[in-house]
Amino acid sequence: MKSFRGKTLSWTTTDGTIELALHREPCNEIGSATLVELEIFAAALETLEKHAQSVIICSTRAEGFCAGADLRELYHSSQALPPEMRLPEVRGFLERIHRVMNTLDAAPFTTIAAVHGVVFGGGFELALVCDLIVADKMARFCFPELRLGLIPGFGGIPRLKRDLGNAVVRDLLLTGRSINAAKAQSVGLVSQLAAEGDALRVARATAAQANKFDRDTAVSAKRFLKTIPRDELRQEIDIFCELFTRPAVEEGLRKFVESTDALPYLP
Amino acid sequence: MNSIDQTTEEILKLAADHFKVSREQLSPGDDFFKKLGINSLQALDLLTRLEQHFRIELPDYELQGVTDFRTLAERIQSRL
Repeated sequence: MKSFRGKTLSWTTTDGTIELALHREPCNEIGSATLVELEIFAAALETLEKHAQSVIICSTRAEGFCAGADLRELYHSSQALPPEMRLPEVRGFLERIHRVMNTLDAAPFTTIAAVHGVVFGGGFELALVCDLIVADKMARFCFPELRLGLIPGFGGIPRLKRDLGNAVVRDLLLTGRSINAAKAQSVGLVSQLAAEGDALRVARATAAQANKFDRDTAVSAKRFLKTIPRDELRQEIDIFCELFTRPAVEEGLRKFVESTDALPYLP
Repeated sequence: MNSIDQTTEEILKLAADHFKVSREQLSPGDDFFKKLGINSLQALDLLTRLEQHFRIELPDYELQGVTDFRTLAERIQSRL
């Protein structure tokens, strides 16, 4: 399947590069529909290996790359279930998204996140599975989960710890503050900064460069450099589920859902 | 270093330019959410532009409850 057009994302394959574009309104919130289509993409990667050597993940939404998990869906679907069924439901979702993230993380391609605007929560976690992050200079990165009484649940902490110093990880997590692209580059998170509106162009040029290399060599280098922190990822799911059952989380989610602001967890 | 008045003026000019309003329509005491008609997402965009303009880092939690240009200038001033 060299190309795909879904409700939340699409991909095309051109000149050895797969471009996966997120396009769900308002800002690519990751819920069950996105998860299903990400699973389709992950399953297609084996076939796509014959046609491409690099993957770019980007967004067509003006608001940004991705605002994170679809908290409205999480709240409403959870509320619709009897209390004893809520946790198994959440754990099931997390297990599925972790499988997709781990597949993308280890995929035998050079993977590039081309990000702009909001790169928050689950969106940040999706960018972190990529080998490189190319950021529009107006991009902002944030893990706001603690504001809701949760931790990131799509692999964020173990992957941040893999890539950055622990002090930076603590700063981002324990303050929940957002940082701009220049700061993200200065701490080693972003490989290249692009002018406003130019992240995809820069990512394409980067992919074209990566495509010049021998594939087996690039894959060997990637496997050597980028191990998946599986034990910590498992722990993350357990901690998230432990926190999720607390009344404060339900209250935080309810407030979020009732807010009419574009990004209610921001000041 | 800028005076608070200079900082406020630079913020007003930058906001007027970016959000396409006349500088004369904006005053230091204005509520920028209402006057510029922006939501929190656009406020975040403004924050990034201000960080770039003043070459500072301003954590968004410091802007909690800040709605007027003058107080915004004070927060920025404390980082210059």
